[in-house]
Amino acid sequence: MEVKELNQVVVRFSGDSGDGMQLAGNIFSTVSATVGNSISTFPDYPADIRAPQGSLTGVSGFQVHIGADKVYTPGDQCDVLVAMNAAALKTQYKYAKPNATIIIDTDSFKKSDLEKAQFQTEDPLAEMNIDADRVIACPISQMVKDCLADSGMDNKSVLKCRNMFALGLVCWLFDRDLDIAYNYLREKFAKKAGLADANIKVIQAGYDYGHNTHSSAMNVYRIESKTKEAGRYMDITGNKATAYGFIAAAEKAGLKLYLGSYPITPATDVLHELSKHKSLGVTTVQCEDEIAGCSSAVGASFAGALAVTSTSGPGICLKSEAMNLAVIMELPLVVLDVQRGGPATGLPTKSEQTDLLQVLFGRNGESPMPVIAATSPTDCFDAAFQASKIALEHMTPVVLLTDAFVANGSAAFRLPELADYPAINPPYVPEEMKGTWTPYMRAENGTRYWAVPGREGFCHILGGLEKDCKTGAISTAPENHDLMVHLRQQKIDNIQVPDLEVLGDKENADLLIVGFGGTYGHLRAAMEDMRANGKKVAMAHFKFINPLPKNTAEVLGKYKKVVVAEQNMGQLAAFLRMKVDGFVPYQFNQVKGQPFVVNELVKSFTEIIDK
Amino acid sequence: MSEYTAQDFKKGQPRWCPGCGDHFFLASLHKAMAEIGVAPHNVAVISGIGCSSRLPHYMATYGMNTIHGRAAAIATGCKVTNPDLAVWQISGDGDGLAIGGNHFIHANRRNIDLNMILLNNRIYGLTKGQYSPTSPRGFVSKSSPYGTVEDPFRPAELCFGARGHFFARAVATDAQGTVDILKAAYNHKGASVCEILQNCVIFNNGTHDAVYTKEGRAKNSIYVKHGEPLVFGENNEYGIMQEGFGLKVVKIGENGITLKDILVHDAHCQDNTLQLKLALMGDGDGFPIALGVIRDVEAPTYNDAVTAQIEEVKAAKKYHNFAELLETNDIWEVK
Repeated sequence: MEVKELNQVVVRFSGDSGDGMQLAGNIFSTVSATVGNSISTFPDYPADIRAPQGSLTGVSGFQVHIGADKVYTPGDQCDVLVAMNAAALKTQYKYAKPNATIIIDTDSFKKSDLEKAQFQTEDPLAEMNIDADRVIACPISQMVKDCLADSGMDNKSVLKCRNMFALGLVCWLFDRDLDIAYNYLREKFAKKAGLADANIKVIQAGYDYGHNTHSSAMNVYRIESKTKEAGRYMDITGNKATAYGFIAAAEKAGLKLYLGSYPITPATDVLHELSKHKSLGVTTVQCEDEIAGCSSAVGASFAGALAVTSTSGPGICLKSEAMNLAVIMELPLVVLDVQRGGPATGLPTKSEQTDLLQVLFGRNGESPMPVIAATSPTDCFDAAFQASKIALEHMTPVVLLTDAFVANGSAAFRLPELADYPAINPPYVPEEMKGTWTPYMRAENGTRYWAVPGREGFCHILGGLEKDCKTGAISTAPENHDLMVHLRQQKIDNIQVPDLEVLGDKENADLLIVGFGGTYGHLRAAMEDMRANGKKVAMAHFKFINPLPKNTAEVLGKYKKVVVAEQNMGQLAAFLRMKVDGFVPYQFNQVKGQPFVVNELVKSFTEIIDK
Repeated sequence: MSEYTAQDFKKGQPRWCPGCGDHFFLASLHKAMAEIGVAPHNVAVISGIGCSSRLPHYMATYGMNTIHGRAAAIATGCKVTNPDLAVWQISGDGDGLAIGGNHFIHANRRNIDLNMILLNNRIYGLTKGQYSPTSPRGFVSKSSPYGTVEDPFRPAELCFGARGHFFARAVATDAQGTVDILKAAYNHKGASVCEILQNCVIFNNGTHDAVYTKEGRAKNSIYVKHGEPLVFGENNEYGIMQEGFGLKVVKIGENGITLKDILVHDAHCQDNTLQLKLALMGDGDGFPIALGVIRDVEAPTYNDAVTAQIEEVKAAKKYHNFAELLETNDIWEVK
C-alpha cells in the first residue's frame, strides 16, 4: 500500500436526511483540524422538514475541504463522494470531480431504492456513466448489522450507525488517526456509553474494511499540515461564532445581553445558541413575531442592555419600522441578517447576498445605518463584536450581514482572548450634566448621550417623532428637521472603520476583484488560483460597507479594471457607483442560492483581463 | 405614605382637544403614580401612536412614544431587561387592538408585569375619524359612510381569551374609579389590562354617554369589588344573580330576593367564566356596565420566571464568563 501526499482534498458525505451525514462530516473535519489541517465546511441540507426516505428531495450533504495550507472555501467539487443511498448518488454526483472516488452502500441500491431515486435501469453506475473502478461498493448496512449483532441494539438503532462505517472508510482513505474520532464520540455520547462504544466499533470496522479489501487497489492519502498556527482551536459555525461575538461584546461592555427573536431559517441557530447560555446572564425572548423581536430589543436597549435581534431577509422586511425607531431615538441595537434566497420566502436554506440594498436603504425617511458584512464563519465572531461596539459607542442600530453559507459553514477557530479585543465604552451621560442635560445633546463625535432609566435626574422621553435638537421636545420646525437629518447622517459618517486592504498584486494588478461578506473565501481562492497561473490580480473585500472605508475611492481608482463579484444583481456595484465618482466596474453576478464556484470565477475574471 | 405628589409626575402642557378624555385620564395617572410612590426615575411610560399615545410627553418619568402598535412589545423588552422599573404601556383602541393586537394578546399570555392601559374611545382620532376595532357594527365614520359591516372586539374577551390575569375598567371622567384601578393594576404582579372608557369630543362624541357622568354611572354601571355583593342602582336596589349559564338583574326585595341571594364578586377566582360575563355586561342588554377590578388572579410572571431561570442555570452550570464558555467546547491544540 502506498501513502501519497496531497495538498488538499474535498470530501462530500451525502445520504438521506436521517443518515447522519452532518455528524460524519463534522467528525471528519474535527479529526482533520486536530492534526493541524486547514478546514472549511459546507452543510447542504434540504428545505423539506423530512422528505420521504430515499427520495431525491430528502438528500442531505456535508462537504469538507481540508488542506495542508490555508483553504478558503469548502471546495467546488469533491475528490471523494460518499453516497449512502441511490438518491444521494443521483443528486450529488454532479458535485464530484471526474476522477473522484465514490463510496456507496450497495444495500441501499436495491430495486425499490433505485425506483425512488428515479433510475431507469438496475445499473445506476452505467446509467450515470461512472467508472466502476473508482467506486468502493460496500454492503455497509449488512456489515454494520454483523458488527453490532451482539450489541443488543434494535435494528433501527443499528442502522443509524451506518454513517460511522462510511466515516471509518474515509478515515482509512486519508490515513486519519481514529483516536481523535473516538474521543469525540465518547464526549458526544458521554451519558450513553453504549452508544459511543457501538459507534466506535463501527468506525473501526469501516476502517478495517478499507484496509483489508482495498489496500492493494487504492492509494491512501495524507495531508500534512504546512502552515499551522500554534494555538488552541475549536470547530465553529458562523452562527455560533456570531452568538459568541455578542456574548464577548456584552462582557466587554459590562452589559446584559438581550436577544429578541423569532425563529427563521437560516438564523435560528443564533437564537438556539444564545438561549443556552443563561449562566452568562444572557436573556433571550422568543417573540410572537419578527416585529416584536426587534421592538422588544429596542425596549431592552432603552433599559440599558446590549440589544440584538436576529433574522433573515423576510424578517428584515418586518423589522424595518422598529429599526427606524432605533435610528431616530438613537439607541444602540444590532440587527443580524443571515441572508437567504429571496424574494419573499424564496430559498430558505440557500445563500444569497440580496439584502444589501434593503439594509442600506429599505426604510422610510433618511435613515442611515452602519452595515457590516462578515467574511467567513470565524470572522462572524469579530464582526458581531465590532457591530456591537459601533452600536454601543455611537448610539445607533447596526446591521450585521452574514449569509446561509457563512452561517452554516464551519472552520477551525483559534480561541480568542478577550483581553486582545478593544474596550467598549458607551457614551453614558456624565453625572455633572444633571440638571442641564437634554436627550439630543451630543458628544464631540456627534453621538447622543445614553441615560438609562433608573438614574435619578435624567428622566426623559424619546420617540419616533422628530425632536428639537436642543430641548428634545417634539418639533416639526423645518430648519430643526433639516439639522437633525444631517446630524444623524454625520454621526454615522464619523464612525471610524479600518481601511480597505488590498491583497495580491497590489502594485501592478491587471484586475482588482471586489466583493463583500461571505464570498471572501471563493474570491480569494480564485485570486490565488489566477496568480498561481501567472495572472496579475489583486483583491479588495468589503467588510465595512456603511460607512465605507476612507480609502475606498483611492483603491477602486487605482486599477484599470475592477470587477465587482456578488451573489445578487449588482447591489454592491450600485452602491459603490453611487459613492465613488466615475467608478465603472465589470460585474460578476450569480444568484443561484449556491456558493460561487472558483473555476467559474477564474474563467470569468480571466476573460475580463483578456478583453 | 408616598413622598411624591401628582406634581412630581407632571410635565409640559398637554395638546389634546379641550374636553378629550385623555386629559382626565392623565390627571388620574399622575395622582395614582403619586399615591403608588415609585420614584419618577424608576418609572417607564411607553406608548405607541395615536392621540392617547402622546401621553408619555406629559410625564416627568422615563418614557418612549414609539411606533404604531408596538408599545407592548417594546415595553416587554424594557421590563425583562430591568424588572425593577415600573413599566406602564399606554395605547388607544387602534394602537392596542388593531395594529398591535398580536402584542396585546401575547403580553397577556406571557403575563409580563406591565400595566397596560387601553384608552378606548372607539374611534381613530389622530387620523381624523375612522372606525376602530371597538366601534360597534353599523358604525358610521369617514371610512364607513354606510356603516361598518364587522363586529367589534370586546377588550375583556380578548384579554381573557389570551389567558389574562387582570382586567379592570374605569370611565375617564371618574377620577377616583380610575385611580383605584391604576393602583390595583400596579399592585398586581403580571400583565394588567385597564380599559378606560373615554370620549372623543370631535369624532365620536357621546360614545360612552351612558356612564360618562356621575348620574349616568349611578344608573347604568356597577362598581364591582372583590368580596362584596354585586349591587347597583341609585340606592343599590338592584343586584346580579346567576341564572342557568347566565346572569340576571334582580330587584332586591322583590319576589322574596334578599341581599343574601346576590352574587358576591370574586376577582381572585381562577375560573374566569363569571368574570367574563361581568365584563361583557352593558352592551345594550339591560345590564349595567361593570367598573372596577373584574379579574385579579395571581400567577407567575414572565419577568420573574426569566430572572429565576437565569439564576437557576447560573447555579447549575460551571461556566460564567466568556473565557469559561470557550472551554466547554471540543478543543484541540496545534503546537
